[in-house]
Amino acid sequence: MTQILMPALSPTMEEGKLAKWLVKEGDTVKSGDILAEIETDKATMEFEAVDEGKIGKLLVPEGTEGVKVNQPIAEMAGDGESASKPAPSNRSPLVGEPKSQRDFGGGDAAPAPSPRPEAPRGASTVDRGRDLHPRGEGDKELNEPDVPAGTELVVTTVREALRDAMAEEMRRDKTVFLMGEEVAQYQGAYKISQNLLEEFGDMRVIDTPITEHGFAGLGVGAAFGGLRPIVEFMTFNFAMQAIDQIINSAAKTRYMSGGQMGCPIVFRGPNGPAARVAAQHSQDYSSWYAHIPGLKVVAPYFAADAKGLLKAAIRDPNPVIFLENEIVYGRSFPVPKVEDYLVPIGKARVVKKGAHVTLVAHSICVGMIIEAAEKLAEEGIDAELIDLRTLRPLDTGTVIESVKKTNRLVTVEQGWPVGSIGSEICSVVTSEAFDYLDAPPTKVTGKDVPMPYAANLEKLALPHVEDVIAAAKAVCYR
Amino acid sequence: MASAKPAPQSEQSPGADLQKKFYHDMLLIRRFEEKAGQLYGMGLIGGFCHLYIGQEAVVVGMQAALKKGDQIITAYRDHGHMLATGMDPKGVMAELTGRSTGYSKGKGGSMHMFSVEQNFYGGHGIVGAQVPIGTGLAFSNKYKKNGAVCVTYFGDGAANQGQVYESFNMAELWKLPVIYVIENNQYAMGTSVERSSAETDFSKRGASFNIPGEQVDGMDVEAVYAAGQKAAQYCREGKGPIILEMKTYRYRGHSMSDPAKYRTREEVQEVREKRDPIEHYGARMTEHGTVKEEDLKAMDKDIRSIVNTAAEFAQESPEPAAEELYTDVLA
Repeated sequence: MTQILMPALSPTMEEGKLAKWLVKEGDTVKSGDILAEIETDKATMEFEAVDEGKIGKLLVPEGTEGVKVNQPIAEMAGDGESASKPAPSNRSPLVGEPKSQRDFGGGDAAPAPSPRPEAPRGASTVDRGRDLHPRGEGDKELNEPDVPAGTELVVTTVREALRDAMAEEMRRDKTVFLMGEEVAQYQGAYKISQNLLEEFGDMRVIDTPITEHGFAGLGVGAAFGGLRPIVEFMTFNFAMQAIDQIINSAAKTRYMSGGQMGCPIVFRGPNGPAARVAAQHSQDYSSWYAHIPGLKVVAPYFAADAKGLLKAAIRDPNPVIFLENEIVYGRSFPVPKVEDYLVPIGKARVVKKGAHVTLVAHSICVGMIIEAAEKLAEEGIDAELIDLRTLRPLDTGTVIESVKKTNRLVTVEQGWPVGSIGSEICSVVTSEAFDYLDAPPTKVTGKDVPMPYAANLEKLALPHVEDVIAAAKAVCYR
Repeated sequence: MASAKPAPQSEQSPGADLQKKFYHDMLLIRRFEEKAGQLYGMGLIGGFCHLYIGQEAVVVGMQAALKKGDQIITAYRDHGHMLATGMDPKGVMAELTGRSTGYSKGKGGSMHMFSVEQNFYGGHGIVGAQVPIGTGLAFSNKYKKNGAVCVTYFGDGAANQGQVYESFNMAELWKLPVIYVIENNQYAMGTSVERSSAETDFSKRGASFNIPGEQVDGMDVEAVYAAGQKAAQYCREGKGPIILEMKTYRYRGHSMSDPAKYRTREEVQEVREKRDPIEHYGARMTEHGTVKEEDLKAMDKDIRSIVNTAAEFAQESPEPAAEELYTDVLA
């Protein structure tokens, strides 16, 4: 008897819904037969048998949500003469092949990687909530939209928040349209554009060919022509094909035209490493784009910020690079239920007040500093947490004010260390708050290597909560 | 290719007024460029400066085939295109000299100029980058259903860039109203078409996307005009993009700093004598009695005066104020 295990059908999948069984107990199946339909965070996939045999007990009924990867979902008996199959204790996963056309994110539907010891990922992540109204002494500048007291908070995934932002802006302004690979009929490679085609039609939700350089330039031209394009890159790794258009055409035209014309466009998509997709699909472009005058660069973590900042980005008259994170898409956070939730671009947010050390991060690393702060608190270190939210213009004022109070700084990001966001923050803090520093400002970053594939090496290449804790303790001389 | 072939005898033929305008506009570009070359030699224009001398018939003929609201976009050999759209020679020349009165306040220079009023969308310095942008302008026309057409100019060199074909694919797929005008002046910088292009008939470059193409004598303004009218009509009927390969020639080097050693003096001289778009058109008009020799001379005098005024303006205008360094980065 072999166990059929819940397969990992995407590089970041941790659990999924067993939508439908296509076999029943007692059926004989052979290699290639479809066993079940499984819904991942990105798509509904068919799951095939690899070996021949007879289906035994179905361990997980169809319709079950949140089935963990590698959890046994059925039993299968090999045929008579194959009694000497590997022992079930081996849990050799009888993993199927996904039948999707293109493997978004680039990974194979490999057997689930060994359990990762790091922060929880995906939709199951604990909702840490957020204090929407940080009330500090002298904290006049909340940098938040004015949300009336008692406003209902709706728990929303970052994925839905992004979709809602686009849908609201498309309803509001007929010149806003979305284009990119698989955004329309497929409903988004990462399901960000779900239902937009149905509501707005194929003139405003446009599937492009796989032609990043071309459609990025076409988007720039459409913006010159008076439209407000949202250009989705399936991931920012592929935007490298288009970076000439982003920088030379979108970012520089206002200046080169003496202010006559600009380029109101949003380039958005997942940025940074996913999981096990190796060097060409795992890169953090934060500092690349933050380097460029003429661009605005946004990298939110919380769902409310994702929504409010994307809405602001779509309305912005400048080109905005909107860096999302694949692993964060499935995380849920409260979003205020208000008519028109806009978050200003260019404002960092103090996520938690603290006295002993300032931890600064953006995007997925905000989750990391929140977790680190909880552990540091147990050791008596009270960290102040800053979510940069925008990388250009960089809100260094908020960081400097914090460092003047805590006298210690740790920056955290997944990007490479050379010329990083942390490099810039450390430089600014050193020159503008030098006398307040009690320890050298410290960067926690990805390692200075291309992303390796092997699970152990990948783990070594990325920053983790333990690294943040160690750095925070070091600057506190603990 | 005969430059003095009879103008197409149809309702598309230009009348006497338009013929005079053709001559005037071509000559304005030539005199403007000659002056720009002179100012460059005097150190008043810096950096790269790509002159359009020899290719004048292309933009003048195309411009006459367009309607108000149609857009134009090109690369960095752009002075002729700007003048053809009706942009003020003073503002163009002042941009070349880097003055505050230039179209881009002195921040763009020869290669990066724009005029929203004249629907001129640049002026782009990266070879081929204007092609997807022009395709995007055409997309905006279709989206807004405004009936406008975008003329996207690029050279035989740019025609080997990948993004051109990415654009062709989307333009035909979505039936976008864009005329791709390939200005084949025979040299991609210093490399001849024969040495750089596996297929030297650029009108065929859209074949695998089902985009029709036509070769046009780009030294004959009326041939360009006729082809431009047909192409614009094709786009306006919603049939999608079309390619016009303009067989033309540039007399000067690729830029002011190019000694053009890759071709003989005789080759240039032969084109000047046998195919010059302005000389031959003037001769044709006088032969047909459309104008008298004196009329052309008077026109030249007026044009020289316009160009001299522009040159003076461009030298007398102040440089941009230091504060301008930080303006126009973001809205």
